[in-house]
Amino acid sequence: MTALATSVPPRARASRRDRRMTLTAWLFATPFVILFAVFMAGPIVASFAMSFTDLTTRDLETPFNVDIVGFDNYIRLFQDPRFTRSLINTFTFTLVGVPLTMALALLVALALDKGIHRFRTVYRVGYYAPVVTSIVAIAIVWRFILQPDGLLNGFLAWFGIQGPNWLESTTWALPSLIMMAVWRNIGTLMVIFLAGLQSVPREHHEAAMVDGANVFQRFRAITIPALRPTILFAAVITGIGFLQFFEEPYVMTQGGPLDATLSTAMYTYDQFGFGNYAYASAASYVLFIVIVALALIQFRLLGRKD
Amino acid sequence: MSTLTQVPEAPEASAFVPQKSRGRRSSLRGRPRWWLYVVLTLGLVAMVMPFIWMILGSFKTNAEIRQYPTNFWPIDPTTENYEALFVRLDFATFFLNSIVVAVFVTLGNIVFCSMVGYALAKLQFRGKKALFALVLGTLMVPGVVTFVPLFVLTANLGLVNSYPGLILPFLITPVGVFLMRQFIMGLPDELIEAARIDGASEWRIFLRVIMPLCGPAIATLTILTFLGSWNNFLWPLVVATTENMYTLPVALALYSVGQNAAQYGLMMAGAVVVVVPVLVVFVCLQRYFVQGISLTGIK
Repeated sequence: MTALATSVPPRARASRRDRRMTLTAWLFATPFVILFAVFMAGPIVASFAMSFTDLTTRDLETPFNVDIVGFDNYIRLFQDPRFTRSLINTFTFTLVGVPLTMALALLVALALDKGIHRFRTVYRVGYYAPVVTSIVAIAIVWRFILQPDGLLNGFLAWFGIQGPNWLESTTWALPSLIMMAVWRNIGTLMVIFLAGLQSVPREHHEAAMVDGANVFQRFRAITIPALRPTILFAAVITGIGFLQFFEEPYVMTQGGPLDATLSTAMYTYDQFGFGNYAYASAASYVLFIVIVALALIQFRLLGRKD
Repeated sequence: MSTLTQVPEAPEASAFVPQKSRGRRSSLRGRPRWWLYVVLTLGLVAMVMPFIWMILGSFKTNAEIRQYPTNFWPIDPTTENYEALFVRLDFATFFLNSIVVAVFVTLGNIVFCSMVGYALAKLQFRGKKALFALVLGTLMVPGVVTFVPLFVLTANLGLVNSYPGLILPFLITPVGVFLMRQFIMGLPDELIEAARIDGASEWRIFLRVIMPLCGPAIATLTILTFLGSWNNFLWPLVVATTENMYTLPVALALYSVGQNAAQYGLMMAGAVVVVVPVLVVFVCLQRYFVQGISLTGIK
């Protein structure tokens, strides 16, 4: 490295410089590391530890009264029909909502990518607009749209369809929330798919066309395989988002009717509100494990190379 | 984005193309296809209708909104909903709270995330890989996992129902670190080497060489964190316990139940106050929004 003749052997110099570099680098990282440890990593670990105790509101002033109860909270969770109900609702919401959002977003992206030359920015802005808005505000607007005499049923009446009382019906409440979530998330995936489509080599399509492949054959044989990494990425991030749904039931249905829209995140929040801190932590960890598991399954299913 | 690379239209009859697919053959060619416009436009109407409905509704009287069949345009437009919002419900305070929290959260993210981003991208140090892996690992952790211990911590620090309580947990975000690191990695090493040879310290390099080049990344980070903070709900709901500390989404959610639940026009006006500023900014800066999403995949 250095050609200068000095009294210090090269290796010692290098390691001193390394040490100084490490010090400088950690100084750059210090504010972040402190905030990260206190407000992110710490609480994640604390939540895990808490979930094995019986901590409640009353213990906040006398923390030495807290006992370790092992897996009691987790056992209680799975004995509570409301919690299992919340898990089923969360799964339904995710397993219906994510594929639906992805399919519609992919259709929009394909149309924008291939067939449309004018007003592309207008379409992109329009489809993306719901993404940037507050779910709370949007949920309130949708609550009015879904009223028995609201905009949606007024629209359906044009076609002679008598719409249900969306949010008050145990059958339709969860589909209503899915409908709103799909509406809100199409834009994100549309942008991701558009970026992905740009990487599909045009020549492959040209070649397949020469060989006589039609639109659907080309879509299956060329577009989908080329998009596989994009689809995986989209499925994972949308899945993580959908599994945490909270604002929609909080604002639109309060989890009702009859727990038909109670989500796991909302159940956790409720238990926290009742002061059952340890129990709420356990519930949040179940949700976390579900999220990690889902991500791993998606990597296995979609990430494999043929 | 570019339409310059269109392939010229091929001759209609080609021996290589079977009869069946002839009609669809133009899918990759430059011919505009009207039915795609029709379908996309119908979709577009469905996407923006709730916003139009919200804005029109905010100018209707309560009686008019409840009428059936529904009026689309307000018959007798009124601003009484907005007056009630700002006079009776103190939305000016909630608006201010949202702004204060979002500004500090955004500033914190710009400063702290670019510092650690620079270290992770361009400096060699022990523990670098572990630190980055840890940051990425937290991306998958849902908000509900941390809020219980975070609340206990905030309570013990005496920060419940205060600005610091609302702001501190969000001064850094893993996404921000990821974004800044990715961007700084793309800057040429030669610039930094040259500055080092000129005898500049790492701090000077960071402030004078790196930061001035980070404009696009900082713009994206600003938009993403401001937006995230503005729309954030769960934590403010937990930590803001009295009205004077509510942020807009919390106020809107809590007022939308109980005695105001039936005040449709009022709630629509509230939604307008939360949503429209963001929509206006979005329409002006939509390129950066889209960039941010493609870079991080996170809204």
